[in-house]
Amino acid sequence: MNDSLTQRLNKQRRSYQLSVLCFFMLLAGLIAGLYYATLQIDYVWRWYNVPKYFVYQQTIELKCDVEGDVTSTSLKDGVAVVKVKQGDDVSTYEGEAQEISVEPGDVVYPDDVLASGQYWKAGILILGLILTLKVSMIAIFFGIFIGLFGGLARISDNPALKWSAVTYIELIRGSPLLVQIFIWYFVLGTLINTLLTKYGFENGVPPLWFGVAALASFTGAYVAEIVRAGIQSIHRGQTEAARSLGMTYAQSMLHVILPQAMLRIIPPLAGQFISLIKDSSLLGIIAIRELTKATREVVTTSLQPFELWFVCALLYLILTFTFSMFLQYLERRALVQ
Amino acid sequence: MIDVRNVYKTFLTPHEVKALVDVTSKIDAGEVVVVIGPSGSGKSTFLRCLNQLETADSGHIFIDGIDILDPKTDINKVRAEVGMVFQSFNLFPHKSVFENVTLAQRVVRKRSKAESKEKAMRLLEKVGIQDKAAVYPDQLSGGQQQRVAIARALAMDPKVMLFDEPTSALDPEMIGEVLDVMKNLAREGMTMAVVTHEMGFAREVADNVIFMDAGAIVEVGTPDHFFKNPDHDRTKLFLSQIL
Ligand SMILES: Nc1ncnc2c1ncn2[C@@H]1O[C@H](COP(=O)(O)OP(=O)(O)OP(=O)(O)O)[C@@H](O)[C@H]1O
Ligand SMILES: [Mg+2]
Repeated sequence: MNDSLTQRLNKQRRSYQLSVLCFFMLLAGLIAGLYYATLQIDYVWRWYNVPKYFVYQQTIELKCDVEGDVTSTSLKDGVAVVKVKQGDDVSTYEGEAQEISVEPGDVVYPDDVLASGQYWKAGILILGLILTLKVSMIAIFFGIFIGLFGGLARISDNPALKWSAVTYIELIRGSPLLVQIFIWYFVLGTLINTLLTKYGFENGVPPLWFGVAALASFTGAYVAEIVRAGIQSIHRGQTEAARSLGMTYAQSMLHVILPQAMLRIIPPLAGQFISLIKDSSLLGIIAIRELTKATREVVTTSLQPFELWFVCALLYLILTFTFSMFLQYLERRALVQ
Repeated sequence: MIDVRNVYKTFLTPHEVKALVDVTSKIDAGEVVVVIGPSGSGKSTFLRCLNQLETADSGHIFIDGIDILDPKTDINKVRAEVGMVFQSFNLFPHKSVFENVTLAQRVVRKRSKAESKEKAMRLLEKVGIQDKAAVYPDQLSGGQQQRVAIARALAMDPKVMLFDEPTSALDPEMIGEVLDVMKNLAREGMTMAVVTHEMGFAREVADNVIFMDAGAIVEVGTPDHFFKNPDHDRTKLFLSQIL
């Protein structure tokens, strides 16, 4: 009896291990297959070329453009100052540097290096990643506000509020985000910037903000539906109890309904925001150099499309994964309370 | 204290129901009125019209002299004076027992922390659950939850208390503890309107019993008169079914 149980457990464990083995073999097979296929087209994998798009070292040189004698040099707080005397004229060269290559008394000629330094710079992929993160965070921030008020308006008794919210939500959810981005940039953007120019604001609003507006209004509509569903999932008796105590609509929402609805709102909200981070990749088409656009630019100059697109996907994965972990943490904390 | 005149209420959805038909009634200060009647006869609707959880279609409702159907009346002020206890308790599950009793004191009555705390502890003691102040509602029995709900309503210092079948969702062994709290309240002179199927409570505590059927008040009388020799056949039939 006991023996047969052990036997069965062993069998179960073996079949589980076999499945895991199968999974990894499949994965390895896919990667090997892909690699083999790229060999067939003579693609040369050069992963060592990728890191420089994250960070790279830039050499900055302070150069002389006259012929003369160095009279004094100084290096303070990473700024080099070199004075060169030519006849009666004294030229002063000043710039960022780590070391000075000349001494007082030296004779220098045009194009001589007076001082130089090597600096680490963030590569284009990191800059793209930061922009993606920035655009997404701003859009999420405004999306939450739009969604909260949109959701409350959606369930309001006031017909004007209610129908405005319904129209907004249906318009946004019924058309592609790409088209909305075009409308924000080419229609509203042109309108706003032309009007601004007409009234003396020459600079206008940069494309980034139209992109953010498109993402925020898009997310806001979905968040509004999530908020509405969350609020409506709270039993009617809760509102009645709050109102029967003399609380106003706003007070009962703030103290009784929203805190309870929050728990049911957070999980779908997390999904929505992860979509938003991914959807921000569309902003490249209006000249916002977020991660996808940055990758595309690097691909055209580096001719390493395979490595770079995989890296790009991986970076998005890291962003979304980190974000969902963070929201899960928030959810757990809310549950504990 | 409560003066209801010719009130009508019709629900249109899901289908047309005449929930209240020409209801006229008067409840004096300090009086306890028990409302009885078959299911769907409009008892809850009657009570809910008194604090405007439902809005009457026509007629007049005066609470302590204030016409609550007048659009100029601030209904939140009136509601703060009219406590309500629900069949399903409706405690705030995300707040502790203590917070349930202090929340409205703080945001509606604008009382200080200390004042609302003092009041809450006194009321929790009165309903016999002072030792559960820090606990969340889902850790309480039904009877305890309903007593917290009563304390929560009393914390507003209401002039009137409305009870809509406060013991119907309770296990039989817990009904007594809730009814005891209500009897004490009645003894202290609280004006009360109580919908209940507890006829013992009606006999013992009520000054008047209202019998409703199909949205209308069929008969009003003292418990003595009402249970011994009611005037209407409809009342007799109902009493014979439940007693
Ligand atoms: N919000 C509502 N919408 C539509 N119809 C309603 C609503 N509330 C009550 N009704 C209807 O009005 C009538 C009276 O209902 P009410 O709840 O007042 O009866 P009741 O006497 O309290 O019954 P019960 O003993 O079952 O609680 C019923 O036919 C009910 O279906
Ligand atoms: Mg009822």
